[in-house]
Amino acid sequence: MARSVDLDADGERDLQSRIIPAAGLPSALDRRAFLKCAAMAGATCSLGGFALPLPAMAAAALSAQDDSQFTVEAKFYQKLPNKKVKCKLCPRECSVGDRERGYCGVRENRGGIYHSLVHSRVCAAHVDPVEKKPLFHYLPGTLAFSIATAGCNVNCKFCQNWDISQVRPEQVPAQYAPPKAVAEWARENRCPTIAYTYSEPVIFSEYLMDTADAGHEAGVRSVVVSNGYIQNEALKTAYGKMDAVKIDLKAFTESYYRDAVTGELKPVLETLVALKKMGKWTEIVYLVVPTLNDSDAEFQGLARWMKTNLGVDTPVHFTQFHPEYLLKNLPITPVPTLERAKAIADAEGLHYVYIGNVPGHPAQNTYCPKCRRMLVERVGFTASQMLIRKGACPFCNQAIPGVWHA
Amino acid sequence: MNRGGGKNRREFLRNCLAGGVVLGASGKLRLLDAAEHSSLPLKSRVAIARDPMLRGAGQTVDSGRIMSLLDRAMQSVFELDHPAEPWKKLVRPGEKVGIKVNALGGRGLSSNLQLIEAICQRLQEAGIRAGDIVIWDRETEEMEHSGYQISTAAGRVQCFGTDRVGYEDELVTYGSVGSRLSKILTERCDALINVPVLKDHDGAGVTIALKNMYGVIHNPNKYHPNGCNPYVADLNMLPAIRTKIRLNICDATTACYEAGPGFKPQYSWKENALIVSQDPVALDHIGWRIIEKKRAEMKLKTLEADSRAPRYIATAADAQHRLGTNDPQRIALVEV
Repeated sequence: MARSVDLDADGERDLQSRIIPAAGLPSALDRRAFLKCAAMAGATCSLGGFALPLPAMAAAALSAQDDSQFTVEAKFYQKLPNKKVKCKLCPRECSVGDRERGYCGVRENRGGIYHSLVHSRVCAAHVDPVEKKPLFHYLPGTLAFSIATAGCNVNCKFCQNWDISQVRPEQVPAQYAPPKAVAEWARENRCPTIAYTYSEPVIFSEYLMDTADAGHEAGVRSVVVSNGYIQNEALKTAYGKMDAVKIDLKAFTESYYRDAVTGELKPVLETLVALKKMGKWTEIVYLVVPTLNDSDAEFQGLARWMKTNLGVDTPVHFTQFHPEYLLKNLPITPVPTLERAKAIADAEGLHYVYIGNVPGHPAQNTYCPKCRRMLVERVGFTASQMLIRKGACPFCNQAIPGVWHA
Repeated sequence: MNRGGGKNRREFLRNCLAGGVVLGASGKLRLLDAAEHSSLPLKSRVAIARDPMLRGAGQTVDSGRIMSLLDRAMQSVFELDHPAEPWKKLVRPGEKVGIKVNALGGRGLSSNLQLIEAICQRLQEAGIRAGDIVIWDRETEEMEHSGYQISTAAGRVQCFGTDRVGYEDELVTYGSVGSRLSKILTERCDALINVPVLKDHDGAGVTIALKNMYGVIHNPNKYHPNGCNPYVADLNMLPAIRTKIRLNICDATTACYEAGPGFKPQYSWKENALIVSQDPVALDHIGWRIIEKKRAEMKLKTLEADSRAPRYIATAADAQHRLGTNDPQRIALVEV
């Protein structure tokens, strides 16, 4: 049975008791379609609320996990003498001896051939509002069929989903979920998008690519929620198939990446620049952890870097940290800290600066950078009002960047 | 509201950190004083027992000869005359004893079956019930591939992998990584006998006693960066590991000097030896020297020159860990 996961790995907590599934899949999300969709979703909610909507998936569950059905040769690696391999998927470049696994725990060297052990091996599946990813400038008010496998290529001390991200695939229950079936389940659940999320999709790139292809053939898009710690070739090949990307930029210092993430900042910044060049719609989340990455200098450095390298229209979400995993000693991020981060980024000229994980905060809404009128109103993970028309502000015609039409 | 007499949280944390540094420094000074004034410097005893005729004329280790080899090593480590006596010092009747083997290398390079049988026999002679002995590693399937006969029948020596019982839900941490421990370790072992294999390791340099504990946690992959340093040492600091290991018996009947830890016949050799110690750091230090000697004989670079010297051994011996000694002056090496 697939598990239900309520939290994204970087702390995007499910603070609503119920998630409202949309009852219809509109062909174009203009204002009228949006309102219709939201109304139907409300009706669905009142009739019984949210339950894990995977009957098809449950029916397809296998009686026992067979390792071979999840195992495929990895796409990004280099063979070395003595049956060793060097993984070329992420910047860590694990050198892996025969019978050993890489840092992610889901790639294994078997006789000099490197394998992914998690193709179609879904350990978490959920129908989420796309706002939960969070993607605020991507088909607001729609649902994403969200899936994950076990494993991660970093080890964030604050991980909200460590029980699936920091384990080996055989240590967590999983279901066989081949790409075409995922695309079909997404359609059955009225999700215009498949989201690869919860753990770290970098480490299941082969599965992500095959599923994105199957989804596109079935008219379902794909988005990825990722740490961006990936090599350039893999990025272009795998994330090139995505329709939108959310990157968790954990901090703006190498020391934080080294100590709290077990990764590196520089490759993640390179990923963001590469995504910009690829023309991928990208949003950034910065989880603000008290005392560790919450200085004015870091917020300012991040905002200036974004302005210079990505432009002022890339959304950034400053989200609230909650104590979890190996960082239980720190408090929840005070809201004034998040507001300080937003104020600094606003002052640097970024157009879309959000505050996340604080339900009801006005900085969850989207405002026109020109006339300052509210364009998308959000309550928790629900977009309750959507005024953007044809990608522009209805009041002043300012273009609002994003993916607004299905 | 400011309740801290003018100190904010950041200042408070900074002050705490500074206090920790001062305390740490003073603690170190006291340790050095104690060492300098000690009149009885303790040495860690490491016994190497060899038998060139261990396999007779064949390839298989002879059960009788390896029992004899084990007895010689044990009697030397514990400085006792009778083969049964060391075991009585190690374990008490009624205790549950785990034998942590290393089955990663398949039939060619895993903890030797005849050696494990000999250990089980001596444990039972020391009063441990057969059903209270469990031979284990991470994966049952790997153990089967290495020739172990899986057994869960009541009253018999148990033999299976952690995958059969799983890992604890709760995380334990020393250092920067958190892990879940095998339930075999936490629920079925009062005492642990560590039976690693003498092997080269492409990342860590060598894998012997200390690193064999990677097989008791759910996420060994998170402990491999930086040549496994300080992760091997940190892992061995976990109380459930540190307090339960009573003895390390390194299987060097067949060993590996290059391209480990997987089995590659071209890089393995028959050392026909056991290395035994209660000090895993001293044992690893000696084992490393044996591998280096073989590498030199085979005209290979030293592990240092190959940029993979096992620095975690020194870390395990440092003031923060003190899991044993890597100082040759403090190791009593006995070859029998």
